[in-house]
Amino acid sequence: MTTMQEIFQSLTIVERMLVFVFIAPLVGGFLSGCDRKLTARLQGRYGPPIRQPFFDVLKLLQKENIVVNKFQNFNIVLFFIFTVFAGALFFAGANILLMIFSLTLSGTFFVLAGYSVGSPFSHLGAEREIIQIVSYEPMIILLAAGMYMATGSFDVAAIAMHKKPLFIALPGVLAGFLYILTIKFRKSPFDLSMCHHAHQEIVRGLTTEFSGPALALIEISHWYENVLLLGIVYLFFAFKPWLALVLTLGIYVLEIVIDNNYARFKWQLTFLSSWLFIAAAAGSNIIVLHWIK
Amino acid sequence: MAMLIFLVVFPLVIAVLAAVLPVAFHKIRKIIGVIAAMVMSIIPIYLLVTYLDAGPAYFKLENPLIDICMLVVELFIAGLVVYISIRAKRYLPVLLVTVQSAIMFSFELTSGRGIQIEHSLFVDKFSIIMALIIGIIGSIICLYAIGYMTEYHEHYKELKNRRRSFFFMMYTFLAAMFGLVFSNNLLWVFFFWEITSILSPLLIGYRDDTPSIEALFRTLNMNLIGGVAFALGIVFLYSSSHVMELDKMLHLNKSYVLIPAVCIAFAGLEKSAQFPFSSWLTAAMVAPTPVSALLHSSTMVKAGVYIILRVAPALVNTVAANMLMLVGGITFLVTALIAISQSNAKKVLAYSTISNLGLIVACAGVNNDTALWSALLLIIFHAVSKPLLFLCVGIVQYKFDSIDIEDMDYLIMRLPKLTAAMVIGMAGMFLAPFGMIIAKFGTLIAFIDKNPGMAIILAYGTAATVYFWTKWMGKVMTIKYGVTQYDEHLVSRWEKFSLALLAIATVAVSLAFPFISSRLVDPYVQTVFGKFPVIGTFNELIIFVMLVSLLIILPLGLVYYSYINKDYVRVGLYLGGANVDDIHFEGAMDQKQTADLKNYYLTKYFGEDVLVNIGVIISLTLIFIMFGVSVL
Repeated sequence: MTTMQEIFQSLTIVERMLVFVFIAPLVGGFLSGCDRKLTARLQGRYGPPIRQPFFDVLKLLQKENIVVNKFQNFNIVLFFIFTVFAGALFFAGANILLMIFSLTLSGTFFVLAGYSVGSPFSHLGAEREIIQIVSYEPMIILLAAGMYMATGSFDVAAIAMHKKPLFIALPGVLAGFLYILTIKFRKSPFDLSMCHHAHQEIVRGLTTEFSGPALALIEISHWYENVLLLGIVYLFFAFKPWLALVLTLGIYVLEIVIDNNYARFKWQLTFLSSWLFIAAAAGSNIIVLHWIK
Repeated sequence: MAMLIFLVVFPLVIAVLAAVLPVAFHKIRKIIGVIAAMVMSIIPIYLLVTYLDAGPAYFKLENPLIDICMLVVELFIAGLVVYISIRAKRYLPVLLVTVQSAIMFSFELTSGRGIQIEHSLFVDKFSIIMALIIGIIGSIICLYAIGYMTEYHEHYKELKNRRRSFFFMMYTFLAAMFGLVFSNNLLWVFFFWEITSILSPLLIGYRDDTPSIEALFRTLNMNLIGGVAFALGIVFLYSSSHVMELDKMLHLNKSYVLIPAVCIAFAGLEKSAQFPFSSWLTAAMVAPTPVSALLHSSTMVKAGVYIILRVAPALVNTVAANMLMLVGGITFLVTALIAISQSNAKKVLAYSTISNLGLIVACAGVNNDTALWSALLLIIFHAVSKPLLFLCVGIVQYKFDSIDIEDMDYLIMRLPKLTAAMVIGMAGMFLAPFGMIIAKFGTLIAFIDKNPGMAIILAYGTAATVYFWTKWMGKVMTIKYGVTQYDEHLVSRWEKFSLALLAIATVAVSLAFPFISSRLVDPYVQTVFGKFPVIGTFNELIIFVMLVSLLIILPLGLVYYSYINKDYVRVGLYLGGANVDDIHFEGAMDQKQTADLKNYYLTKYFGEDVLVNIGVIISLTLIFIMFGVSVL
């Protein structure tokens, strides 16, 4: 049961970071492949092979580098670096607040990438991306607050080693986090800023002007981010590692089901519903936690 | 002690010089400005070095001449207020200043002779932090003003050139600020407080047109209300305990100190533009930019939170402290939300300032070691980044004749260096790895331990902050291929120099974060609460690594993408048809369509008119409760 925790503890911080940097894209790509397969089955299609996301990215990397201005890809590189850094911090067991800083920074670079190209579609996508960030930002902070209140530490390592089941102390925080997880996974009903299918009203939103290698980098960053997010879900059940792993995958499947069952929300609804739901679920949870202490 | 007195007197000398020397002696005025800036930056650093390992030091200074001088100046100020108010046919300030003078003079007459002051002046780590901000940031802004005011009058030819009195007031203001942070004698604190109270409206009214005069009197009224509260607090304190010193006041029995502390904190709320007083600061944005940068972002509003943080330890575990915390929290959240709906750059800056001050006030209300630690760091980081943004906006205002954020499209193509400074300033306000966000998360820890409701307020307020900065940042960083208008040469050397200094300072204070925290802030927090928060070396290291890697990657990346990388094919934007230029395309039916976008401002949700009222009503209630429970 505890072998996973033992392996984790036997590694140094740098080793943990390196493991994340090399393993996460493989896991992320694989999960993405499963996602596409499952989605296809839900829609009555056969679907691509599970390896398909890797082929896609490899092909994108070989494409010509087409840009509208020569600086646009720099922001994407920065977005990639700080997403990976955030994930590495998390899996190294570092302070969860620092992970949030790094993630916010990477998110900002992604938005700036959208703005920097100057296309109206991209601009609109970037703005919707900010609205998405603003929608989930309170939840991310309350997540850190809740975990600190329940375990007495901001360190991911300490939270992961916490002996009591976190989801019992933090049901509202978990609910709120699952709500915004859909935004972070860029899944319907919250895939406002860009969606995986180029058929929405704003073409391909933020990524309209990004192609080839830059698009591949965005995709890889997305894989890293997904693994990081599932890592956070894992923390809620970390008292029993194998159960946690199963439940985390279960929640990923749930997100795919949600993705396939909802039409896209308007940004107003996304924004308001997230803020209200976060306040009702996570906010009340934190206040209750303070009182019963 | 000589250094402290010198810091108060020296800017006064410069002020007199600035008032006496004719405008025609432009060269000499500039040289004096540079010398003044150097002296005023070096002396606080000297103080820092001298007292780096020493605790607070108190000094005795007794001289009847000083008291007489102060009395004369106070009389002069009262007379001045009456004069300008009657000239403008406004009578509320006259009433307020009469009440205030009546309180102070009757107090001086009845008990003035018997007041025993042991230590009039003092210096500790907090004073040194403030002195560094006033000295360095203040003098950089004054340097900028030398270049700026020349252009200002070239631009607005119809305005009467009162530049000499302008610089007189700016330097006198710095002197008063130095006096404020070094005074231990509460009568002196009050005296310097009153000088800033009168100079601020006068500087705001510099343009002398209708909106300026409106703003002048709004500020004056509110400052006078704060002044009345401050005066009442002092009188209460002396009549109940016969104490007139800041350090002794904090060691008094709760029952003596509660009412005076609440009164002084109230005056602090007014000066730092918390709800219900926020409107003076937003109105004050009509003033010339150096005034906004100096008074309304880095120094004067900091005097408000300075005095609140000074008296806050007297309020530990009282209802009043909780009310203070809530007023700060509400102000922080509501003004951050309002800032989303503003497209006027100066107003965004004003609301962001109020919001940050609200967070500091909330920390003062929380009143524990972590909160005080965060509050001091917030003061430092805010004092560096915010003036930088004001100065950038001030320059843009001339070049484009607009301070609307929506007119700042492609700013990075027209004024690249200025935009870089602006982006550094904005990043300094809300992004890791700059110090501000780290201080903010210090507040998160403090709030969780004290009151989780505040943590929720912080979570939402931070999200709002991210919103309005990111969309502004995106706007100025938009690149449009083919825009060739390049305006950098229009920015004067003085302005460029001060921008560069502040931009470097923004990065430097974040780099120096471990030093500032361990050598300046921790010792002060230790003297107040007996302990200080520990962030851990590993966490500091990560922050440092992030900052350094950004400092390396950004320049390298820019060089790579501008000169080295040739492996790309440039195409036109996708607009939905055949492009005509960057915003027009040939649509269906052979029509020319426009595809251009503005930012969202969400005025429906975060409109200023509704939210300000909500904030005012809530905070008024809280302030009434604060006074109610203290008096009863």
